[in-house]
Amino acid sequence: MRKFKEFIIEKLILLCGLASIFFVLLIFLFLLKEGLAVFRSVTPFQFLTGRSWYPISEPPQLGILPLILGSLMVTAGAAAISIPVGVACAVYIAEIAPAQFKEVLKSGIELLAAIPSVVLGFVGMVTLVPWVKSIFHLPTGLTALSGSIMLAFMAMPTIVSVAEDALYSVPKSYKEGALALGATHWQVIHRVILPAASSGILAAVMLGIGRVIGETMAVMMITGNSAVIPNSILQPVRTLTATIAAEMGEAVVGSEHYFALFAVGIVLFVISFAVNVTADLFLHKKVS
Amino acid sequence: MKNPKRSQKIAFFILFLATLLIVVPVGLIVVIIIQKGLPAINWQFLSDMPRQGMRAGGIFPAIIGTVYLVAGAIIFALPIGVLAAVYLSEYAGNNFLTRIVKLAIVNLAGVPSVVYGLFGLALFVVFFRFGASILAGSFTLGIMILPIIITTSREALESVPSSFREVSRSLGASKWQTIRYIVLPNALSGILTGTILGLGRAAGETAPILFTVAAFYLPQLPHSVFDQAMALPYHLYVISTQVPNVDEKVRYGTALVLLALVLFMNLVAIIIRYKFRKMKKW
Repeated sequence: MRKFKEFIIEKLILLCGLASIFFVLLIFLFLLKEGLAVFRSVTPFQFLTGRSWYPISEPPQLGILPLILGSLMVTAGAAAISIPVGVACAVYIAEIAPAQFKEVLKSGIELLAAIPSVVLGFVGMVTLVPWVKSIFHLPTGLTALSGSIMLAFMAMPTIVSVAEDALYSVPKSYKEGALALGATHWQVIHRVILPAASSGILAAVMLGIGRVIGETMAVMMITGNSAVIPNSILQPVRTLTATIAAEMGEAVVGSEHYFALFAVGIVLFVISFAVNVTADLFLHKKVS
Repeated sequence: MKNPKRSQKIAFFILFLATLLIVVPVGLIVVIIIQKGLPAINWQFLSDMPRQGMRAGGIFPAIIGTVYLVAGAIIFALPIGVLAAVYLSEYAGNNFLTRIVKLAIVNLAGVPSVVYGLFGLALFVVFFRFGASILAGSFTLGIMILPIIITTSREALESVPSSFREVSRSLGASKWQTIRYIVLPNALSGILTGTILGLGRAAGETAPILFTVAAFYLPQLPHSVFDQAMALPYHLYVISTQVPNVDEKVRYGTALVLLALVLFMNLVAIIIRYKFRKMKKW
């Protein structure tokens, strides 16, 4: 009897172990199931490169190029801010900060990671947006730049913690060897430790960017949500994620618009899948 | 740049500035929300229904909705997550299948939150015909926090020394008995930490519940798991973007309640982790 019970339990454990694979496949399948229907009316090429997104006009125009460019612009801006600052902060925490201060800093970073995105979006709306508006004398502060700045803060916890792990796992002997040869601490950091940790830092950057591309609420609240091809970072844009979040509420189940939003979801899923697999490869390269 | 001592000083100063650039705004954000939100918090705000199109009254149904959602998510995700962690730490060999499972977890963690919303809509709301309901929202949030629970639980299980397992097995206990009576109890604090972190994440996310459960304005409490419900993060989104002329105090107050809830859970998780790290016998 006990044998039988344990047999059942071990099978259950195996089943739960495989649940993650099951759920990833399930997510992808259901996105495909609902999203591929849109390609009965537009070709994938038209969908990805169409320059106008008017999903509720008659006939609907379903080109997501403005949304892709919106996402790219906001992401590029956020990356430009968060990568140098995040990596610098990781170096500071891993190498320079005194031991007690280190714990405080790490908790601060953890705190930032814990703040819900809708709260960050709210804070961005009431503080950052008016600043951007008055500094650049714009008609509205709801711009790609505001989104980039806010998103940089969401990417930084990821970048800092993964990069710090990478820096930390560089063998102590590397550092000691370089110091013994008479290098200063800074020379050791940027000539020895940073290159040795480079694949881990690259993974950190990729994961940070992945976080930014997928971020929804804060972006929707502060980038202005206008689905046109942006010319400058000081214009309102609309990202892929914000489009889904803002429009799915009104889309009728089974309509062209509904299918199109799921197709946008497929695009996002594929991007995040690619980013995460690449980051994972970098992380595993470090081990071997 | 010729003088290495001086360039080190400059470099370290720049690194320090970069660190401040992250930490100071975080502090400011928290301080601003507490400072402007605190005057709005009173018993009525926490226990009353929203009134006058959410411009006055309280946020009680949103708090209750979030509690239901988070509870539902954890009931769903905790057993699956812990068993999956047991599989990875105790059973999985170093083979291709394990590699795929780990990759799937990484990907599950990286799926954009709004895509979880789409998935929940397609599977639970439309395909299973749950409608927009607490059930659909809880399942969606549960799948979303699964990677957090698996990863932290697995770390906790793996940090239990293998000598514990060997002694137990050598005394004649079966593999499952060893896991049940030796490994799991010793990993409890880590599992608890992961669970609480998952709770915090589920409480703060908005995008997954947008189309699966969240009600714009519902001045009553849900009666069953098939009802829609209000939720704190969605409520904050609604009153700060969708409803004009909401008193700033109400917005900040709602933001403060949400932030306090999430940070409190994270704080508890950090404390548990710290305490048990000190208590550890090995």
